[in-house]
Amino acid sequence: MPLGSGETLRLSEKLKPFRERVKELSGEDVGLCYQCGACSSGCPLTDEMDLLPSTVMRMVQLGVEEVLNSKTIWICSSCFTCQVRCPRGIDVANVMEALRQLVLRRKYDRVSIDVLPPEELRELPQIALVSCQRKLTG
Amino acid sequence: MELPRWNCCGTVHALAKDDVMHHLAPVRVLLRVEETVEAGLVDEPRVVTLCAMCYNTLKRANHLYRNDSDKRRVIESIMEKESRPYGGKAEVIHLLELLKELGWEKVAKRVEKPLEGLKIAPYYGCLLLRPRGFGVDDPEEPRIMENLLEALGAEVVDIPFKSRCCGAYHTVFMKEEAAELSYKILRQASEMGADVVALSCPLCMFNMADRQGLIGRLFRDFKGIPVLYFTQLMALAFGLEEEAHLDENNPDPRPLLRERGLWR
Ligand code: SF4
Ligand code: SF4
Repeated sequence: MPLGSGETLRLSEKLKPFRERVKELSGEDVGLCYQCGACSSGCPLTDEMDLLPSTVMRMVQLGVEEVLNSKTIWICSSCFTCQVRCPRGIDVANVMEALRQLVLRRKYDRVSIDVLPPEELRELPQIALVSCQRKLTG
Repeated sequence: MELPRWNCCGTVHALAKDDVMHHLAPVRVLLRVEETVEAGLVDEPRVVTLCAMCYNTLKRANHLYRNDSDKRRVIESIMEKESRPYGGKAEVIHLLELLKELGWEKVAKRVEKPLEGLKIAPYYGCLLLRPRGFGVDDPEEPRIMENLLEALGAEVVDIPFKSRCCGAYHTVFMKEEAAELSYKILRQASEMGADVVALSCPLCMFNMADRQGLIGRLFRDFKGIPVLYFTQLMALAFGLEEEAHLDENNPDPRPLLRERGLWR
């Protein structure tokens, strides 16, 4: 069967909703991604990630919901370098936020500032604490 | 003048498409801008920010409010207890944009103590330039901070990492990883001959200046480099030494400035 006939990559109906949910939440058409890797090559945080941003994009395309278990979505700092570089006009940072939100909305907090020792809390500026909580707690 | 009433913008723009709630804080600030005009305190509904993060949240919320009528209606209904709905008239600009508008020659004319002999690496970070469409300048070839520093008489050192992320809020729970990101930027600035780094974001300032103690413990070859807010460099060049508040910077930039003949 020739590749591209739709058979080899047909998405199971069961998995489609995940991709649709990400699309809705992020506002990005993940289907446009052609896996050029520009997002991954410019990303400053790949050293800390378990999946490259382009791999995350591929998994979302294929409806692989396990992408929600990846460390990458929490490591992405919304620096928008990928948004500037993507030749398909996709804002990968929006997709990352959608994936974080899908997890955070299950009453999950990635972090809790309660565990920070008081001396650390004192030295951290408000702008760090507010942005951290906005990004990593539900 | 400073806005008579304002609140925290929330620091980050809510990216999820159904998240309207988090646009309230910046929209409320924008309404205050219109109210300030109505009260006759200023002529134009323009708000100037000095922070890259405020700039981003206010500008993006403004864009969303003006262009997404559904979300606008929702925001209006939640804010019904305000004096009136926000009219979408406020304009958000960064101080760098205002200076550019005034003209670099005009800025240069105000200079009393040119920053001659001082090599400065401008650092933009993320939100001053990105996402595309919401920055103060071209996201890949910015010139605005360079132009300002040149108008102040300084020598600009162009570093490739000038718009690379400093680690942002990861400084809270991943401080060593964030410190490494900042270290790489600072090391590059030093290696390329910069005396100091100039920036325009309080979070970048914390990560790249206040965290230098941690950076030094993690990376033994790190020697430290002063980091200044761009407005501090302006104050210095305009002969407003007290207003520069250089005693608040850590590491202290004064010894180096003294060496260059720029501090008493
Ligand atoms: S840069 Fe855009 S098209 Fe290329 S892999 Fe990343 S998301 Fe896909
Ligand atoms: S926004 Fe996230 S994924 Fe994109 S380059 Fe920045 S850290 Fe990497």
